[in-house]
Amino acid sequence: MAYVAIADRGQALHDPKTWIGKYVWSQDHKIIAIQYGGTAMVVGLVALVLSGLMRLQLGFPDTFSLIDPTAYYQFITMHGMIMVIYLLTALFLGGFGNYLIPLMLGARDMVFPFMNMLSYWVYLGSVIVLLASFFVPAGPTGAGWTLYPPQTILPGTPGHDWGIVLMLLSLALFIVAFTMGGLNYITTALQARTRGMTLMRMPLSVWGIVMATVLGLLAFPALLVSAIMMLFDKLLFTSFFMPALVSAGENLSYSGGSPVLFQHLFWFFGHPEVYIVALPAFGMVSDVLAVHARKNIFGYRMMVWAIVAIGALSFIVWAHHMYVSGMNPYFGFFFATTTLIIAIPTAIKVYNWVLTLWRGNIQLTVPMLFAIGFVFTFINGGLTGLFLGNVTIDLPLSDTYFVVAHFHMVMGVSPILVVFAAIYHWYPKMTGRMYDETLGQVHFWLTFLGTYAIYYPMHYLGFLGVPRRYFAMGNTEFMPDSAHLLNSGISIAALFVGVVQVIFIYNIIVSIWKGKPSGHNPWKAASLEWQTPDTPPHHGNWGPDLPEVHRWAYDYAVPGAKDDFVAQNVPYDGTPGTKVEA
Amino acid sequence: MAESSADVTGWNQITHDWSADKQTFEVPWGKAMMWIFLLSDTFIFSCFLTSYMTVRMSTVEAWPIPSEVFALTIAGAHIPLLLIAIMTFILISSSGTMAMAVNYGYRGDIKKVVWLMLATAAFGASFVGMQVFEWSKLIEEGVRPWGNPMGAAQFGSCFFMITGFHGLHVSAGVIYLLIVAKRVNSGFYMERYGNLEMVEIAGLYWHFVDLVWVFIFAFFYLW
Repeated sequence: MAYVAIADRGQALHDPKTWIGKYVWSQDHKIIAIQYGGTAMVVGLVALVLSGLMRLQLGFPDTFSLIDPTAYYQFITMHGMIMVIYLLTALFLGGFGNYLIPLMLGARDMVFPFMNMLSYWVYLGSVIVLLASFFVPAGPTGAGWTLYPPQTILPGTPGHDWGIVLMLLSLALFIVAFTMGGLNYITTALQARTRGMTLMRMPLSVWGIVMATVLGLLAFPALLVSAIMMLFDKLLFTSFFMPALVSAGENLSYSGGSPVLFQHLFWFFGHPEVYIVALPAFGMVSDVLAVHARKNIFGYRMMVWAIVAIGALSFIVWAHHMYVSGMNPYFGFFFATTTLIIAIPTAIKVYNWVLTLWRGNIQLTVPMLFAIGFVFTFINGGLTGLFLGNVTIDLPLSDTYFVVAHFHMVMGVSPILVVFAAIYHWYPKMTGRMYDETLGQVHFWLTFLGTYAIYYPMHYLGFLGVPRRYFAMGNTEFMPDSAHLLNSGISIAALFVGVVQVIFIYNIIVSIWKGKPSGHNPWKAASLEWQTPDTPPHHGNWGPDLPEVHRWAYDYAVPGAKDDFVAQNVPYDGTPGTKVEA
Repeated sequence: MAESSADVTGWNQITHDWSADKQTFEVPWGKAMMWIFLLSDTFIFSCFLTSYMTVRMSTVEAWPIPSEVFALTIAGAHIPLLLIAIMTFILISSSGTMAMAVNYGYRGDIKKVVWLMLATAAFGASFVGMQVFEWSKLIEEGVRPWGNPMGAAQFGSCFFMITGFHGLHVSAGVIYLLIVAKRVNSGFYMERYGNLEMVEIAGLYWHFVDLVWVFIFAFFYLW
């Protein structure tokens, strides 16, 4: 059989003439990406405000009458769910996935543009349903973001009537939206790469995003099924997750269900979800580090295989979230072992990031600062993960602030720092203008140091045994006054870091009009998205001809080369330094 | 990259396909997407069936005997699982007509494709119809999602949830088949793509729905 070129399928791109067709009902992956990203950030701001309210209560109990226990638990639940799913998952995959995959692979668009558009609008619908729960009787659910039954649907839990139903419906919608988008991302990466773009020449951003999408398509089904079953328990009074119960002196009609079944389903989704958020961050930070250190990424192949290995392992570690749920000890042993094995590919990645920086020509631009910041926070969060992965250490720490500190460092702060790095890094490509450098630097230092001010003390609180999820600590003997003082300090730092984000929002909005024109390739980056004929790229991305790829995406500071980078689409012309990498 | 795929075979060809700068799978985009979707859908049904087995073990009451519950009495004869057997037979037959439709699609015999797809859709619709009959019979006998007179409440819960979810898949499949058949008939696909690969893509979905039924049949009705 002859060579099958991927290139153009000969299908005409849809060609809208009206403003609405171009920017609202758009099928262009770049517009959809910005729609996804914008919506995710707006709903993320809601979650940020909620966390501020929670910190007000924790730092200064009995001060704000507005925040009662009911409201507090609703804030916790919505904060967690929004941040993990509606902000991070949507932003990394719907936002950056949509923007970067076709541009980095030399495709004109996603393979199914119409389905891609539907994906965004269903996602928007899920966000609206979620936010609507703030306005229904009794407000959103306050069951905690893990929605553990039986308490989730029992009277006494905030929002057990309307809130939980809307939450489950919204999750189901989100999964539908994600599936439509995810099928696009994987099919595009497998089938629509341009000539010369082998899988092992794809930038690590694409590897991370695509692997995360694979995880999503295999993990979200468990969440969908548990959501459907819980809806049945709530609305049809089935007993999938509900054992026989006495509630407020009354025998409920439930009997024989298994609450632990929900936990298994939830965490079979929940643990891969951690890597759905982390893998795109791993990929994008690798690219940012390489570009701004003017060095090739260290150990590209190992980086790819580490992504794949982490993705595969993430499906057999889920029960480490359930050490305190009551399990056969041998299960604990198995899941602790697999959990600790994940540290190996993860450590490979961290070492390779550090070795990429080593003796690099490091440019301390704003994206680079955030990328280096990520390496710090990720090592911190990862190390505490080694403690929590062990059953015996997890048991006493599980319900304390140590866990809060751990997962916020590793899957809250770290991915968010990469989000900032990525937004600053690709901002010139998306808008054609530069952000304000000074404001960006201020934003970085305040955010980076601020997050340490928030989360370092939390580890200490956890060792003291301060329990998480509590509305107020009251006067307990084991908590010294210093711990209460520390709690107030954390709250002040958290509110400060929250307010600092205004600088970021101001910067990226005002720079759209006021920023200096950036040119096509301000970072002198080698990967394909910086080689588009127009900036920002037009619909169709590449003009009449698709680019042809001749090398990997990391030819920086090649000895003997004319410039300090060689773009991916530069052919080998026989001169030293332009040699084609396999 | 220059050597063509025909030069290598077996495992080497897989390595070749995955490391070349070409489509990883030499199939239309839609077909690749359908396979990936079905993989995801497999996980949905696996979660349903695993959950069903878990609650069947966790419930404290006795599980109703499926062959008794799903028995029909015809002319005085008590025949276990009769309706389910017919439904299963019909659905498996529909896979046969679908496979023939795909075959005629590659031969370009539009008329036969359309008729065979309509036959497949009709088999599917009658399957759903019998499912409606089965549901109404059980509801009449007092089986509800929250309880039933024969034993553990989870029996009815799992039954309505799993067969309902599968029935929705079949119903969606019938609509999908009708749309594809209409477009085959109108010449839409030949004009746009020059082939009838869309028939095969619809066929993938249909065979998958049948395969899922085999598992539901084995794990829910026969166990």
